[in-house]
Amino acid sequence: MAERSQATEGAADEVEFVARLRAGDAAAYAELVRTQGGRMLAVARRLLRSDDDAADAVQEAFVSAFRAIASFEGGARLSTWLHRIVVNAALMKLRTRSRRPEVSIEDLLPKFYEDGHHVDEPAEWKSPGQLDALERQETRALVREQIDRLPADYRTVLMLRDIEGLDTKETAELLGVTPNAAKIRLHRARLALRTLLDPHMRARGTS
Amino acid sequence: MNCRECTDFLIDYLNGDLPAAQQRVFEGHLELCPPCLTYLESYRATLALGELVRDEPAQPLPDALVHAILAARGLKSKAD
Repeated sequence: MAERSQATEGAADEVEFVARLRAGDAAAYAELVRTQGGRMLAVARRLLRSDDDAADAVQEAFVSAFRAIASFEGGARLSTWLHRIVVNAALMKLRTRSRRPEVSIEDLLPKFYEDGHHVDEPAEWKSPGQLDALERQETRALVREQIDRLPADYRTVLMLRDIEGLDTKETAELLGVTPNAAKIRLHRARLALRTLLDPHMRARGTS
Repeated sequence: MNCRECTDFLIDYLNGDLPAAQQRVFEGHLELCPPCLTYLESYRATLALGELVRDEPAQPLPDALVHAILAARGLKSKAD
């Protein structure tokens, strides 16, 4: 019950806060930027991998948000709404980037013999749940590095679904593809990332 | 079902989207095929490793950026 009343109180605070933003309250804008900006910058950095581009994306996202605050509907949390806006701003930036040469997705997918059996016998991995703090930090850097090696279209779908937590429908809309195409692309992106992580994640004695 | 088909169905299996009959065939294959079971575990681990990236703690927005954002809307921040 206590949790529920706290949540209700939080929602009521948010309604009041949004009303202040709509009324053009400068202090509310400053609070919004300070409380939500860090999280938004982290999202933009993850997607863009460039501090300058990420800062631009966050700035553009806030400009869009300030402009659109009148159309914000209470159905979503303010933080969720801002998350979607910064993801969109970062995606627009990604689209304008020239593409670097990339590895073919086919080369990163698992290989099978004609009869359908695995060519390379899968090896057991270290359990991600058993990593200590330092290993978690190192592994996080490794995973980011390997995600960045994915072909751009596959990297984007994986970032949106598995890292930013968007659902398939939202992801498909942002990418301009059908939900089924987004699902197939995500599956291939995961298979490819698994291939890239495999040499690093094999449990001792199995490599 | 062979290993290639089993791999194709991983995403639907983990989403709980496989029809019951297909799920029984899928799980039957896993029981008889240790390589596919190991592959499924590493696919699951790949998702868990993604969460590690998502859970990275956010840093506060640099002051210069806060000022730039507020200035873009003609506002001044408290620090001014």
